[in-house]
Amino acid sequence: MAVEPDLKIELGKQGVFVTTISEIYNWGRKNSVWPMQFGLACCAIEMIATTMARYDLARFGAEVFRPSPRQADLMIISGTITKKMAPQVVRLYNQMAEPKYVIAMGACAISGGPFKQGYNVLKGIDRYIPVDVHIPGCPPRPEALIHAFMTLQARIDAQPLTGGDRPRHLDADAQGLFPVPEQGAHDLEPPVNRLVWPLPAPSTSGKPTGSCE
Amino acid sequence: MKSAEEILAAIKTALPEAGVELVPNPSPSAQHSLRLDPAHALAVASFLRNDPELALDYCSNATGVDWPGKEITEKVKVTKVVDGVETIVEETVKRVQAGYLEAVYHLYSMKHAHREIAGPVVLRMRTVNRTDQVELPSLTPVWRSAEFQEREIFDLFGIVFTGHPDLRRILMWDGFEDHPMRRDYVDPDDFEYEPTPHDEVLKRAEQHKANTGVTA
Repeated sequence: MAVEPDLKIELGKQGVFVTTISEIYNWGRKNSVWPMQFGLACCAIEMIATTMARYDLARFGAEVFRPSPRQADLMIISGTITKKMAPQVVRLYNQMAEPKYVIAMGACAISGGPFKQGYNVLKGIDRYIPVDVHIPGCPPRPEALIHAFMTLQARIDAQPLTGGDRPRHLDADAQGLFPVPEQGAHDLEPPVNRLVWPLPAPSTSGKPTGSCE
Repeated sequence: MKSAEEILAAIKTALPEAGVELVPNPSPSAQHSLRLDPAHALAVASFLRNDPELALDYCSNATGVDWPGKEITEKVKVTKVVDGVETIVEETVKRVQAGYLEAVYHLYSMKHAHREIAGPVVLRMRTVNRTDQVELPSLTPVWRSAEFQEREIFDLFGIVFTGHPDLRRILMWDGFEDHPMRRDYVDPDDFEYEPTPHDEVLKRAEQHKANTGVTA
């Protein structure tokens, strides 16, 4: 049960600090989201710039980029995912410990971008793993990545610890492993994980349908 | 740098048995190329690299070209006896020109680079057809820089280079069976929602709709 903000301030003036477990818990989680040190293409250059002194992602708690998925909470998909690389991306995601989050950075990561109709590029990583925040851009500015990070922090902060919307790591029945696609004779198999990505029906009339199957 | 004609003459003097012919380029750039006979290609390549006058010691680029087979319709004038009178009749003849795959190499000379630079020396080699006889000799033993690029040609066009030290796929995965840069490559039907499909994308959208029965 949340504490009323006015009452909280009033109690604070009297030297009484009132909080809830979920508030403390989410405050701690959202301020130490460690990204994985993992870049795919040109967006990775912007991601590196974001971590450097001028933009300084460390101010938001993304203090260190961990070179191992075991120590990381956040996967920033920074760049084009080729069909050759996609199984490795899913495998790395599976290796991360819960709770884990994904930011799909740039046009390629969210949809295949300029290479969408090519034979070798995945049409968006959300075909295989759940993505929390999408950033458009080619590549997005460091400010956009910081904005995405702040959006993710707001989402973590708003997560209830119980009930149907609770995070995956607090739900014993939630799916933790995502199937790694096989590299087949002509394409990735399966071409899409239907549990994660219910495909919008293709429109041939030129008008977006906006509905999912 | 010598012109393609001069290089051709030099090859013919040094290696008279090698089958080399000039492939003219009719465009204003006039970048003619030399087509090598695959049986003698290694000998010619070694000559081009080792000859002190030419010293083409740097292979800057190797790529592939796919020439699919095509049906050519020609009008041929034939003399025929019609009603006892010999007349010239125009007949339409169709013939199928077999396709082939081609490997193209661009050569420069580092040794003579300080002289004039007049573009690369272009070598070409052609396979017999596009299906089963797709072997060409690898020029990696002569120019080491061709190694990865020949692997790429093998991967994307399907030319098998005999004598290559490590012929594996380089861009696509090992289990992949197609050759995506061939003109008749059909990519998998993984069409996805497009807000405004048009032209080729609209065709693919309609094809996908027909294949999957998804109505939108």
